[in-house]
Amino acid sequence: MPQPRGRDAARRLARRDSGGAAGGRPTGGRTGDERRRVFQAEVERLMDRLYGTAIRLTRNGADAEDLVAEALTRAWSRLDGLEDLQAFEKWIFRILTNTFVSSRRGPRETPASELEGEEEADGSSLFDRLHEPFLLWWGNPEQRLLDRLLCEDVTRALDGLPDPFRLAVVLVDVEGFSYAEASETLSVPVGTVRSRLSRGRRLFQDAIWHRAEELGLTPQGPQGQE
Amino acid sequence: MASQIECEEAVAKLLEFLDGELDEGDRSHMERHLETCRGCFSRAEFEGRLRALVAETGTAPAPESLRLRVRGLMERF
Repeated sequence: MPQPRGRDAARRLARRDSGGAAGGRPTGGRTGDERRRVFQAEVERLMDRLYGTAIRLTRNGADAEDLVAEALTRAWSRLDGLEDLQAFEKWIFRILTNTFVSSRRGPRETPASELEGEEEADGSSLFDRLHEPFLLWWGNPEQRLLDRLLCEDVTRALDGLPDPFRLAVVLVDVEGFSYAEASETLSVPVGTVRSRLSRGRRLFQDAIWHRAEELGLTPQGPQGQE
Repeated sequence: MASQIECEEAVAKLLEFLDGELDEGDRSHMERHLETCRGCFSRAEFEGRLRALVAETGTAPAPESLRLRVRGLMERF
């Protein structure tokens, strides 16, 4: 049965990863050297995920490196405030995201309200479109699509989303934030997170559908025209 | 066979279910429905696998330049 992600998944991940250097021990009472060793070990363990998430947020490698470096500097300066090192992973990703979000507040940011009426997504979900009767002739269309999608197809579709929707999707679907955590990070009500997420996911599925057309997995694609 | 109304409810709540955002009652109702409805189960499987592909994009090999930079930062901490 499909398993829900979000907080539960994050907890499972935290439990799975609790064999890391932190080991779930509290920071209190540690010496400076011990804290440094724990911090370094955890950062090393999480480095590929920190960088990968930073790329999803910034959409380019150079900015992602700057973001990770700045977030780690902030995290180190706030390490005393972290009571339980088992929460390190969640804590460091929140700092990474908050660092990114706070760097974007100001004139450069595109308010979601300006996007109302634009970038309209098709009303049907990708699953529904793949299950149009004529596609079912081909057996299991969603399996065919998932088997042929590449990581770069997914990243291109994600990176193409307008910022407010992209951020909601990255926070919840990539980072595993709860709606409440995303709401706090983005400084918007939970209802706004919910609607941005819904619209962002629908736009994402639109982009994947267009990719499916390019791959010839729809009647409009090259295979469908044969 | 699951009723149409149950399926409509399940589809409406599916993404929140996958997000872990449903309360206990709704979650167990959804789990029971997915155990008996092949169509909704397939939909949930598809959405879940698509979500997993999105989650995978959050991991990328950190370049050596970043690792060196972080090591330099750590030495100054």
